[in-house]
Amino acid sequence: MENFLSRYRNVSILVAVLFAQVLGLAVQVKRSTENESTRLIRVWTVSAVSPFEKAIVWFQSGIGSMWHNYVYLRGVRQENRELKDEIEKLRVERVRLIDDAEQARRLQSLLGFKEQYISKTVAAQVIGSSGSEHSRIIYIDKGTNDGLAKDNPVITADGVVGKVTQANGSVSQVLLINDQSSGVGAILEKSRLQGILRGTPAGEVVLEKVMSEETVQPGEKVLTSGGDQIFPKGLPIGTVTKVSAGPEVFLNVRVRPATNLSKLEEVLVITKKEERTPAITESSPSRAVDILSQRLPSVPDKPRETAERSKTTSAPGQSAESTAAAGSTTATTTPQVPKVAPVVKSTKDASSEINTGTASQQSPMKPGVAQKPTVPPVKVLQQSTRTVVTPPKTEQPAATTAQPEDKPQ
Amino acid sequence: MPITYTSGEQVEVYRFSAPAAVLIPLIALFLQAFIPLRLHFFSIFDLPLLVVIFFAVARRSQVSGLLTGAAIGLLQDSLTHQPIGVYGIAKTVVGFGASSLGIKLDVENVGARVLLTLFFYVVHEFVYFLVARGLVGLTLEWSWAHELGSAFANAILAAIVFTLLDRFKLRA
Repeated sequence: MENFLSRYRNVSILVAVLFAQVLGLAVQVKRSTENESTRLIRVWTVSAVSPFEKAIVWFQSGIGSMWHNYVYLRGVRQENRELKDEIEKLRVERVRLIDDAEQARRLQSLLGFKEQYISKTVAAQVIGSSGSEHSRIIYIDKGTNDGLAKDNPVITADGVVGKVTQANGSVSQVLLINDQSSGVGAILEKSRLQGILRGTPAGEVVLEKVMSEETVQPGEKVLTSGGDQIFPKGLPIGTVTKVSAGPEVFLNVRVRPATNLSKLEEVLVITKKEERTPAITESSPSRAVDILSQRLPSVPDKPRETAERSKTTSAPGQSAESTAAAGSTTATTTPQVPKVAPVVKSTKDASSEINTGTASQQSPMKPGVAQKPTVPPVKVLQQSTRTVVTPPKTEQPAATTAQPEDKPQ
Repeated sequence: MPITYTSGEQVEVYRFSAPAAVLIPLIALFLQAFIPLRLHFFSIFDLPLLVVIFFAVARRSQVSGLLTGAAIGLLQDSLTHQPIGVYGIAKTVVGFGASSLGIKLDVENVGARVLLTLFFYVVHEFVYFLVARGLVGLTLEWSWAHELGSAFANAILAAIVFTLLDRFKLRA
């Protein structure tokens, strides 16, 4: 035996080293949870490599910013003018969107709709990658010291990037959505079909579990569904590029990520998100017409007018509550009716209206961002003059005459 | 360039200074992790593998070759999110094989180095594929076109990198 080992010493060592590694692999594979036993070697390696990466990124960004901020300023004046024009346009757009968002929040509030809000994010710089085609991960320069934790979603302004898989002191590992071991709950923007977004070995992104009987059009946007409990609902993921028949009864939906995952420089890590029913804040901006209607003495007493009209127009059999609420309606007096909650024709119709509204809440919502609701029934009803509104304790004064007594006559 | 068969006495055995033996693999790992962020196509290269082959061939010691391969492979594994040992096993095999070949063949010329890298890149990918699918259960796709393309790219890079690393060789 001794003779055999000395004769085949090198091969014996090879077998021993391979056996040790296979054994180590088997132990790791058997544990489905995070391999705490291998954490140390990962931390050591990352700690050895990341300072160099951080230094280079820091040096590179320093040189870059010096060049762009102090040397290469050609065309900056022109760009500045264009940006100012853009800001003016966006301001106008913002006013409209705020109004729409308020309306959406009121509708959501009425329906008891709970939405996830991004309440805290941490900006981080990408400093490294795995360097392997088989493992699509990146390293960022923020870690547990900055409040990051495992499973924190990582995004950019364009869309979803991935999630934190490992957070160390000052460095974190992020698994990209195009890695084959990643999975994101996704929903198609228009058709509202849900599926699971996965990466392929080739680094592409596909939407799985969409039934083959469904129709999916290339070009349709894919958003997070919130079903994975990691990514907040409504974040853009990408666009459908190709649809083909997949395995079994499912479609093979190929998706182009919204974010260029091969050229990431800075990302945002969502460290805190909360689920709450959208509240209608008092500080929400009012339209000029609303303020005028409340303060100017020349404005006629609208509530009475509205009440009278409501009396005459409300459908028979309408509940007393909704009839009483008609006193505060704005539907008949203002040209637009954005400040009202779901509008119902009659009590009989109310349930169907709300159901439709609930369905419409499936529309993509950017968490914490003003959203334009897509509630077709309301649109139709806004044109109706026989509408009755039932806003449940909206804190904000209704569009025109929520408190007629307080108004100067 | 022919690959000449040489006797054990004819081949030269090299060693490396301790800083070079430690820093060269670390720099290779660092570059492998950093460069693909700026140049995405660089991920087809495997600098740590080239370093394993270079050390194994220069030292011409099977034990040294397999241990270097195992160490560099495990470090490379720890930069990924997959179980540690997949690259380790693949590079251990390559380290052992390259040093075994280095004992028998003169691989000092460029042509031999290109062929050697070409061969061991495919061996490395094959072992990786086997381990990843068989032991870890990863879903990998084997594409000959991709693997051969990557092998050629790595072989060409190896010719340059090996020439640079020759400066760190010391006669044993």
